[in-house]
Amino acid sequence: MSKSASDPAVERPPTTSDLTPLAETDEITPQTTIGKFKIPTDALRAYTMVFALIAIWIYFHYSTNHIFLEPRNFSNLMRQTAVTGVLAVGMLMVIITGQIDLSVGSVVGLAGGVAAIAQGWLGWGLVPSLASGIAVGIGIGAVQGTLTAYINIPAFIVTLGGLLAWRGVVLGLTRGETIPLRLQSFKSIGQDYVGPTVGWVIAAIAVAAIAWLTIARNRARRRHGLNAPSLGTTAVRIIVPSLVVVGFIYLMNSYEIAPGVRAGIPNPVIIFLAIALAGAFLTQNTTFGRYLYAIGGNPDAARLSGINIRQHILAVFCIMGALAGVAAIIYTARVGSASPDAGQLLELDAIAACVIGGTSLMGGRGTIFGAILGALIMASLDNGMSLKNVEPYMQNIIKGAILVTAVGLDMAGRKRG
Amino acid sequence: MTTSDQTPFLEMRDITKTFPGVRALDGVSFDLHKGEIHALVGENGAGKSTLMKVLAGVYAHPQYGGDILIEGEVRRFASVREAEKAGIAVIFQELSLVKEMSVAENIFLGREPRKFGVIRWEELFRRARKLLNDLHLSIDPQTPIRNLGIGQQQLVEIAKALSHEAQILVLDEPTAALTDSEVETLFAILTKLRARGVGMIYISHKLHEVFRISDRITVLRDGKTVGTGPTSEWDEPKVIARMVGREVGEIFPVVDHEQGEVVFEVRNISVSDPVLPAKKLVDDVSFSVKRGEVLGIAGLMGAGRSDLLMAIFGAHAGRVSGEIRIDGKPVRITSPAEAIKHGLGFVTEDRKRFGLVLDQTILNNMTLAGLRRISGRFVTSIDAESAASERTMKDLHVKANSVFTIAGTLSGGNQQKVVLAKWLLTNPRVLFLDEPTRGIDVGAKQEIYAQINKLAKTGLAIVLVSSELPEVLGLSDRVLVLHEGRLTGEFSRSTATPEKIMACATGHSKRAA
Repeated sequence: MSKSASDPAVERPPTTSDLTPLAETDEITPQTTIGKFKIPTDALRAYTMVFALIAIWIYFHYSTNHIFLEPRNFSNLMRQTAVTGVLAVGMLMVIITGQIDLSVGSVVGLAGGVAAIAQGWLGWGLVPSLASGIAVGIGIGAVQGTLTAYINIPAFIVTLGGLLAWRGVVLGLTRGETIPLRLQSFKSIGQDYVGPTVGWVIAAIAVAAIAWLTIARNRARRRHGLNAPSLGTTAVRIIVPSLVVVGFIYLMNSYEIAPGVRAGIPNPVIIFLAIALAGAFLTQNTTFGRYLYAIGGNPDAARLSGINIRQHILAVFCIMGALAGVAAIIYTARVGSASPDAGQLLELDAIAACVIGGTSLMGGRGTIFGAILGALIMASLDNGMSLKNVEPYMQNIIKGAILVTAVGLDMAGRKRG
Repeated sequence: MTTSDQTPFLEMRDITKTFPGVRALDGVSFDLHKGEIHALVGENGAGKSTLMKVLAGVYAHPQYGGDILIEGEVRRFASVREAEKAGIAVIFQELSLVKEMSVAENIFLGREPRKFGVIRWEELFRRARKLLNDLHLSIDPQTPIRNLGIGQQQLVEIAKALSHEAQILVLDEPTAALTDSEVETLFAILTKLRARGVGMIYISHKLHEVFRISDRITVLRDGKTVGTGPTSEWDEPKVIARMVGREVGEIFPVVDHEQGEVVFEVRNISVSDPVLPAKKLVDDVSFSVKRGEVLGIAGLMGAGRSDLLMAIFGAHAGRVSGEIRIDGKPVRITSPAEAIKHGLGFVTEDRKRFGLVLDQTILNNMTLAGLRRISGRFVTSIDAESAASERTMKDLHVKANSVFTIAGTLSGGNQQKVVLAKWLLTNPRVLFLDEPTRGIDVGAKQEIYAQINKLAKTGLAIVLVSSELPEVLGLSDRVLVLHEGRLTGEFSRSTATPEKIMACATGHSKRAA
């Protein structure tokens, strides 16, 4: 064949996987043997993550004189997770497609600044102000997505430029000032709670949904001649997550903001959970989600299977932008003002959350669940170390080391598996 | 050739290698003399590659059972490096050259002649030139690898192996990507090396090559040796029978397909090179296919066959002109999505690269192209998808535990069936098959052939591109021949012969009737 044989004859934008040769695949489905149990390596990874999180919690709980898991701090921790978590959901979709977005921290700053300017200097109402913030995010996503997908500039470069440029725009727009939030309703998005009753209603719905979904899945497995788990396993699969949900709500509800006044779930956490659920549904149960994995897994095969890669990359950047807008609103509302340097380094937290959660930066692999676990781990480290009065410089060193170690262990585990 | 009486240069005794749940090699013995070409044949998954990985030190000693002896001495390689030092060089199917570096740099990569840590470039190029001259290769050592064709790259790999003073050269499917003239060059070099006393292990699916070049043949099946003997005492049917464990009757049952009206037609298609727009990869090609017809397209590599299909499918990066008609009506196809909408399916040449998402399940791969049709426009239905993929998996005899098996873990033949399944699930009217049996074993090949005949019988129009002439001749109702982007011949089943097709494919004959 001619010289061009080795170059992609398929017309498409570049993705991360162009940088790496096709993976040599093992002949056997990766499994890890522990004692007499053989566990698919992917499942094992998920469990390991959950155990790592629990270990971190227990460690901080005991080393902070039982403050860490107290309702008050736990509620705070969840609120802190919300911003990173929302961003991680968007980032996961970007990374699955084989792209990256380095600009989200600056976008959070800009979107927050615009929303604050809208409600403060322009005197807009709540809804138009919020909408302006989210619109800024989507607009930026559309610009960066277009440059990546249609002009074929690598996302790394486009969003690295964005990281600088959008930060510059916030500084210019706000003239370097911090803009306080005037609307109480805006602040309450980041600072208030939904109340204990709503919490219990959510718990009830969640438990019912878990039970129904588990049973429905078993039925489907049986319909296709696959062996469904036994009654005992099914019960465990319903009871354990249900207990987690109930425990979570209980802990949230037992936080007393004032004597006798129980808080319930913080608003940001509700928003975050809703977005996480939507993200999980989008990635796992829709053609859109399936296409994202295919594009990241093998862009050439995806394109030849009739998938419009450019459109999907653009869409994913727009979703990321919209979620950066949402994160900006939560962040600004929680702090009560928009400062021009808000959101710095958030992109790294979001990427770290995805990576700790088992997402492959080469694209094609990763789950929302993993990314959320990763976000929880990152936020727990921040929160716990602050409680222990670890110096900020040390916090950065530790977080960096943990990120690298987590991925290192993962790689080592994969080799063995 | 003095081979049988002395102790072999290399002996592998009773080699056993297990992966979790699978015994890949089960007491295989194999030997090689100096100055001998020993062919290793067997279906995919028979254990050839695993055996060579054991030899090359990819699996260090305790990971396999049995002994490797070189000149009668037991050797245990802890690494690929050690095996290399012992004179073993393996040239794998995927070449391991650095594309941006020159031929000379690649040959001496990691072993550059140095003085005080500074590379002595003149010395490097001088040595490389000498090495290439010894092989009678007219390749400039300063040429970047990316400027060479696959065939020449392969030859550079061999030069590299020889620069290590390799005594044992393992060639894994060396001709898979070579043109006929490149094969000749390769064989001339192998013959020369044989005379120099280099022992070679030659792995190939192409039996006629094995018979041309080898001195002995060993057949592996299911991780066991099922026969070793001098090539002169074997013939192709015997080897095939050993490989598949049964006598192969007719590989190509001659089926005349019942043909209907023309469904698909291209007129005056031209495709230009995306990098050099002046160069035409496909030049003014027209053809048509009828319902139920199998149209073969023959031609050498680089004749523009894949470019033609990519262009028809709306996936070519170069400029495409010409007209496509479906059911007599002109259509515009500018993307694969539109091609699929118009009822075209395209089993691409390189399944790992263009066909499969290797780390996803069989189900995900099978439903990818027809996902919206099978599963729903937006929300997917795992029920509908499992049902469709399980049915197709059964129809095509894909061997796997379930539809949730990861595609990358399957053998080549089964992977190819998954790609075929993907396209059948789009419910196509015209199916393009580009080298559908490349690199897959004889058993799987036959199953693919049977499928092609079966699909044609259901009224599907099939365009089959293949470098294997018996395949084109055995399956096609009509054969077109491409040479340098132009149609140089068209034959009906009754008039086509290998000689005529080769004449057109090499440009020695003007358009025949």
